[in-house]
Amino acid sequence: MKKEFYNIANLVTKNAKILDVGCGNGELMKYITENISKDIRGIELSKSNVQKCVEKGLTVIEGDAEKDLRQFPDSSFDFVILSQTLQAFLDPENVLNELLRIGKKAIVSIPNFGHWKVRLHLLLKGTMPVTENLPNEWYNTPNLHMCTIKDFENYCKQRNIKINLKNLKFQNLVSELGIFILEK
Amino acid sequence: MSEKDKIKTLLVKKPLKLDCGQTISDFPLAYETYGKLNDKKDNAILVFHALTGDQFASGTNPITKKDGWWNYALGPGKAIDTDKYFVIAANVIGGCMGSFGPSDINPKTKKPYGTNFPVITINDMVNAQYNLLEYFKIEKLFSVIGGSMGGMQVLQFVSNFPNKAHTAVPIACTASHSAQNIALNELGRQSIMADNNWQDGFYEEQNKQPDKGLAVARMAAHITYLSKAGLQEKFGRKLQERDDLKFSFDADFQIESYLRYQGSVFVDRFDANSYLYITRAMDYFDLTKKFGGNLSKAFEKSDTRFFIISFTSDWLYPTSENREIVIALNAIGKDVGFVEITSDKGHDSFLLDVPDFLNTVRNFLNKSYEKI
Repeated sequence: MKKEFYNIANLVTKNAKILDVGCGNGELMKYITENISKDIRGIELSKSNVQKCVEKGLTVIEGDAEKDLRQFPDSSFDFVILSQTLQAFLDPENVLNELLRIGKKAIVSIPNFGHWKVRLHLLLKGTMPVTENLPNEWYNTPNLHMCTIKDFENYCKQRNIKINLKNLKFQNLVSELGIFILEK
Repeated sequence: MSEKDKIKTLLVKKPLKLDCGQTISDFPLAYETYGKLNDKKDNAILVFHALTGDQFASGTNPITKKDGWWNYALGPGKAIDTDKYFVIAANVIGGCMGSFGPSDINPKTKKPYGTNFPVITINDMVNAQYNLLEYFKIEKLFSVIGGSMGGMQVLQFVSNFPNKAHTAVPIACTASHSAQNIALNELGRQSIMADNNWQDGFYEEQNKQPDKGLAVARMAAHITYLSKAGLQEKFGRKLQERDDLKFSFDADFQIESYLRYQGSVFVDRFDANSYLYITRAMDYFDLTKKFGGNLSKAFEKSDTRFFIISFTSDWLYPTSENREIVIALNAIGKDVGFVEITSDKGHDSFLLDVPDFLNTVRNFLNKSYEKI
């Protein structure tokens, strides 16, 4: 399992009620189910990934986070997880609002466009950065709204979204990923 | 062994109050079982059939000599594995495969009930089948499963008996029959009633059968079970055993010939009045009615784990209607999974060899069984 998932799993509390938005093949959900909380479910857009979650015995709903978070009542989860997909939504602002509405806390990770490798790539090569976390070319990237850790912090500050920094260390220049716990 | 002896029947002595107001008792409920009930009695699955199905879900139907209607999904080693699970399937009341139905003899008149048979509902069907749990002394089913009208029975069952099934798998169904669904059923009913042989429903005592009307009803319904793309791919404009159009009303096209065949074989196995009664039950189905239009309330007391399945090309019970059930369950925090299976086989997909569908059912059941 990738390191990011261990980091995220360490942030959720024992037996918490959790929703994993864009849960992929269910790797993180499976780990959390087996180790931290059985009360977890996922939403996933890709049909083949939904099948993989069912194979793992996980509760998964095929759906689109941009439309389908609406059906969940306010504060119905202790944690809502969104791993590296915020930048791919048409309307990330709306998705963030929904995460904070249905979850008491939201755990959000973003690929950091401010990482030094990204900066250096653009500076020296003059082409759009392609890195391990950002493997696509400009013409086929699903990422519509790239931001840096600093951008994201500013965004939260402007909207009075609390960033809980406990247990988290990240820096705009040296972190490839930013992981945040958000609260309204 | 006579045909009738091949049908297992539970005589339900307990009175059952029907939604129409009448009470029935001492009525037959025909059923079949597959696999073995284990000692803990925790491996039982109740399977509900669709409009024209019956209790013979797997193997060979001993009456029609054809494959059971869910042979792809149900049997030893299959998605619903009868080496592992004990499957009970019953013929719905109103049906024509041994359960109490309109062709039964009315003891008062000594003639078949015909249209004097009470109008039944999905709720009545489910309440009648609940007696099987008591008969087999099953405290809690492992699962309730069904597609189409079978899915409606699944929803009704969980609503009526919220703690009697660990899991529920409603497939390609709806919580409330739409205007389009009702319209299509009405087309079928009117076709039967327009047949002179129908005789207001008392055809049996006159030794007549409204075969033509029933065949047309089946033809029309059959189209709704397929998708446009599926039909086009299978038949296109292909001609039936001829090189060119005949400039007549014979079955020039393969699709015409196919539908005529489907109609003609259907009348040999199905009763016209049963078709009227069962389609009526589907049309009356609206699980939200009792709950002021709020579907969530129908499931409030349930502790069942749901898994809902729809198909991309199903326009009879489309994904959007299946999703409404998912939304209603999520709104009250119930455990619900959902998947839309890609298939061009239309509504019928749940009856056919659609590997993604069969794998999903298998995985959901087997993984859920580990958890109970």
